[in-house]
Amino acid sequence: MSTRSFTRLTRRYRFSASHRLHAPNLSGEANRELYGKCNNPFGHGHNYFAEISVTGTVPEDSGLLVSVPALDALVERAVLRDLDHCDLNHALPNLVPTSENVAAEIERRLSAAWPREFPKLAGVRLWETKRNRFELRNEEQ
Amino acid sequence: MLITRRVEFSASHICASPALSEAENRALYGAGANPHGHGHNYVLEVTLAGEPDPVTGMVFDLRELKEILQREVVLPMDHRFLNREVAPFGDVVPTTENIAAEIWRRLEPNFRGPARSGNVRLNNVRLYETEDLFVDYSEAAL
Repeated sequence: MSTRSFTRLTRRYRFSASHRLHAPNLSGEANRELYGKCNNPFGHGHNYFAEISVTGTVPEDSGLLVSVPALDALVERAVLRDLDHCDLNHALPNLVPTSENVAAEIERRLSAAWPREFPKLAGVRLWETKRNRFELRNEEQ
Repeated sequence: MLITRRVEFSASHICASPALSEAENRALYGAGANPHGHGHNYVLEVTLAGEPDPVTGMVFDLRELKEILQREVVLPMDHRFLNREVAPFGDVVPTTENIAAEIWRRLEPNFRGPARSGNVRLNNVRLYETEDLFVDYSEAAL
């Protein structure tokens, strides 16, 4: 029987930001219809959770898949510095800041800044509120 | 079908490698390397995989699972200093990764072979060190 050990570490980060959902290619009426109160003209905000997962082999000497302080520093630099306490429509001007798009943007930023010595980025899960979450998984394990 | 039971234990530890300097340990493990240790309320989620028994309707008896978790994990680790009191953490750094793997090793032999309520297997161990940091560990066949 083939078995192998699998270790995945997940770290949760928090950021607070405002946004307004408004698609520039749709009419005002269509936007109100589609996004409802999320289209209110002056925006609103959320306390987001971004859960970042890494997977790989745990080195015997350190016992760490990844140094948590190093991961924290990367996420701070690549994501939180720009997105925490910001208006997402201003910080990410080229996309409608739905949580789908924000999760994908976080994944792109992390991938672009990902150090070669880090274990594989396994996924990004973005919680907009406690009741909805959006997840991207890197399926090649 | 997957079934998961959650259990908690509280323990202290120090994360530092004897092969590294104090500064290197601090860079790698952060505050986890503080020399007198610190503690967490660990939350463990143990997931079993199996099919419900046609008679009992259960994948595994949750009361028996609770007893196994008490015996293998909570009694030896709860309110203990892991580096000093729980093997193998005198020699192995008790990172969340290593504790999750050790819990797998302790639990897995309990779920081999046909159990009373079905051919159940240990599927996953998830250990939360805090609500912001957790590790999943599995040796389940892929």
